[in-house]
Amino acid sequence: MIRKMREPLAFEISSHGKRAVRMPELDVPEKKDIFGGLPVRKEIDGFPELSEVEVTRHFTRLSQTNYCVDLGIYPLGSCTMKYNPKVNEKMASLPAFTGAHPNAPQDVVQGSLRVLKQTEDLLCEIAGMDAFSLQPAAGAHGELMGMMLIRAALEDREDPRKYVLIPDSAHGTNPSSAHICGYTVKEIKSNEDGTIDLEGLAAAMNEDVAALMVTNPNTLGVFESDICRIADIVHSKGGFLYMDGANMNALTGIVRPGDMGVDVLHLNLHKTFSTPHGGGGPGSGPVGVKKALAPYLPVPVIGEKEGKLFLDSGRPKTIGRVRSFYGNFLVILRALAYILNLGPEGVREIAETAVLNANYIRKSLEGEFHLKYAAPTLHECVFSDKFQKEFGVSNLDIAKRLIDYGLHPPTMSFPLIVHGALMIEPTETESKRDLDLFIDAMKAIAREAREDPETLHAAPHDTYVRRLDETAAARNPVLKWEKK
Amino acid sequence: MLAAIGVSSTDELFGCIPEGVRLKRALDLPGPEPEPALVRHFAGLGGLNTYSNYLSFLGGGAYDHFIPSVVDYLSSRGEFVSPYTPYQPEVSQGTLQAIFEFQTLICQLTGMDIANASLYEGATGAAEAVLMAQRLKNRPKVLVARTLHPEYRSVIRTYIRNLGVRMEEVPYDEKGGLDKDALARMLDSETGAVILQSPNYFGVCEDVRAVADLAHGRQALLAVVVAEALSLGILEAPGKLGADIVTGEAQSFGIPLSFGGPYLGFMACMKDFVRQLPGRIAGQTTDVDGNRGFVLTLATREQHIRREKATSNICTNQALCALRATMFLESLGKDGLRDMAWLNVQKAGYALDVLTRVPGIRRKFAGPHFNEFVIELPKPWASVEKALKDVGILAGLGLGESYPELANCGLVCVTDKHMKEDIDRLAGSLQEVVR
Repeated sequence: MIRKMREPLAFEISSHGKRAVRMPELDVPEKKDIFGGLPVRKEIDGFPELSEVEVTRHFTRLSQTNYCVDLGIYPLGSCTMKYNPKVNEKMASLPAFTGAHPNAPQDVVQGSLRVLKQTEDLLCEIAGMDAFSLQPAAGAHGELMGMMLIRAALEDREDPRKYVLIPDSAHGTNPSSAHICGYTVKEIKSNEDGTIDLEGLAAAMNEDVAALMVTNPNTLGVFESDICRIADIVHSKGGFLYMDGANMNALTGIVRPGDMGVDVLHLNLHKTFSTPHGGGGPGSGPVGVKKALAPYLPVPVIGEKEGKLFLDSGRPKTIGRVRSFYGNFLVILRALAYILNLGPEGVREIAETAVLNANYIRKSLEGEFHLKYAAPTLHECVFSDKFQKEFGVSNLDIAKRLIDYGLHPPTMSFPLIVHGALMIEPTETESKRDLDLFIDAMKAIAREAREDPETLHAAPHDTYVRRLDETAAARNPVLKWEKK
Repeated sequence: MLAAIGVSSTDELFGCIPEGVRLKRALDLPGPEPEPALVRHFAGLGGLNTYSNYLSFLGGGAYDHFIPSVVDYLSSRGEFVSPYTPYQPEVSQGTLQAIFEFQTLICQLTGMDIANASLYEGATGAAEAVLMAQRLKNRPKVLVARTLHPEYRSVIRTYIRNLGVRMEEVPYDEKGGLDKDALARMLDSETGAVILQSPNYFGVCEDVRAVADLAHGRQALLAVVVAEALSLGILEAPGKLGADIVTGEAQSFGIPLSFGGPYLGFMACMKDFVRQLPGRIAGQTTDVDGNRGFVLTLATREQHIRREKATSNICTNQALCALRATMFLESLGKDGLRDMAWLNVQKAGYALDVLTRVPGIRRKFAGPHFNEFVIELPKPWASVEKALKDVGILAGLGLGESYPELANCGLVCVTDKHMKEDIDRLAGSLQEVVR
């Protein structure tokens, strides 16, 4: 984090003839002209040539410019950046699992299939759903798949419908996923509590609407208390209730989506179930459904016969495949390890402690930062920069200044209904000491905003790079290194 | 903490959840399993996987290549494993610079101008290419080679089902490559794109240039799908042969087989199409002190800005896999990558020779191969497959399920990890079984 020496691109430290690893000699007779005249490349122009030491130092140096959960609190709202237990990494690196070929005969990969089956069963219990597909590679992929299931079910009734309703507080992937599924998105305005306006919903809901996509608790961290009535309104017109499970961390063991009228939901294993985010993935976005939608699940599904598991592709109503093979297997395995390690009590404590931590931050910073919505919140709280704006300080300044304090900023780009948002989700893995470090830094920044706003505008001061010109990056895109 | 908040129990904090929907019982889950018990549990599950007891020649979209030790070592650093998407560039330069290097490597390998930061895997990459071509051309028909991986074709079908795009499959010829005469007949003014896999599902390397010329002749785009990315180490870059989009699966670059995931989708295109490219892109810029730095850029294509008008709904991608690929490629380097590709070609070539010397076994397709090829047996593949399995060999992938006309055929994959004696053992056992 305090690294100052500039690390060049690998291409810039390349020198002719170097390599970190050598291939063995060919042990079979060499054949000529294998490609039958098809063009073969001489060499890859500009491709790097480094020694093993150079590769190791290059990436070690790069790694030292990253902030990460292993270093401290990472309170990105709606991202659930919790600590990733190391035993899960170790289980995911067992050769029996990493070495298994996805095209292997099913009787030689029963262990891998058992991992998938057990995870499906546990997720069904946690979410209160009847069946799960573990295939989606990420949350947005799950959303798309979920909407496809809804569409397939409606088409089966010869009533595909045209619209999908989405609250204005929703994450941008919701409208995008509905759109790829061929639906037109209608936005539902939030009421003064930041939740879904029942009258507005009732007015918008009709027999042309396929589904309502709801995030519960929503992106403000507010639980949609009328969820059962919401479900009734949607169901009464023959629509489906889709739940974005991005915020499931607030609910585990407390309430189950399946018990509140949800027909389809996706979970994010890289959020609620602690699989590491890897700097942007891989994630996993399993989709859970009620019985009525199960026939449409993507193939293959895992079946069981006489104690043996098998991959079942013979399902007449399936939407088809949504990816090759069977999902991000090693991510799923980590989530299974996490759930088994916690057990029923531990899974409930996820939500209890996450909500406790978020409310502690909310209470501690109330008054220092503006809280647009007064409703009680669960696992995250959303402040705004309204008080600091008086001194010309924005949420961006506050975020960048937090970096000077050695902490990661909260989410700023969401939700769209809070201007200048500071969306804070501490998760359950932060101790009181870590929460207090964050709270003290935020308070100090609130004071600085009043007394010394210039320091905030110029933040961060002590980082490997300082504020970067994002406008220039977009206006004149340089998207790869080029040989001079 | 409860006192600070002003409540007497955590239960009070959940007061906003109606009593009626609350779970009134403990979840019915196993555990808790403390770490030692957990390790035992997974050792037990791992024991049910007997795959490693077999000598395997399976390929078909997932390839077993050597992975340098530095890749596992460096990619497991917490600084790479445990950050979020690099939305705060000042504290994410390591991830961002690695993405920028990844994009550069993919451009060098594919011969394209621009690459994204990754997609989920090869099949969704192919589907995204179809959607991208649809946005660029707005024509209702897409022609997909029947030699595109069957699962990739299935995913394309799922994705386009609700978008008014029609998919037609172009047959293969007697050499196992795309039937170019059929393609010429099927191409029309309604065709927006041709989707060609090379090396194709039969392992046959396609004449990309000829297919590009045909597609361009009807103003259609050519998207080349590369499911075995290692082939790019030796075959000419598709971008140099007329491809407009190159997408595919880069699992071969340092990602373990892992029963199919997580893998690494990639996509690259020519400069003019950048606004339609799906997924995240890292770009170079400078900070207030004039130092070079990297940021996520061109976000106006993406859903957090554009919502339903975004080029794709992809958000979380496969960043850590892309990092592994970057480490893999930089470790092998220019010569190493070519050497590894060459080992694959030569060992597969040797295997093809010795297997087709077994009486009754013939090479099905004469087209040039990379590291996979199709052999035809005098009897159904399934019966031979079973007999070989009984002697500890997984001989390859039967093709009858996806191509009923090839019920006696199987796809054999030979990589840098196979030694001459492995190949000889396969040939010897096959001789016993086929006889």
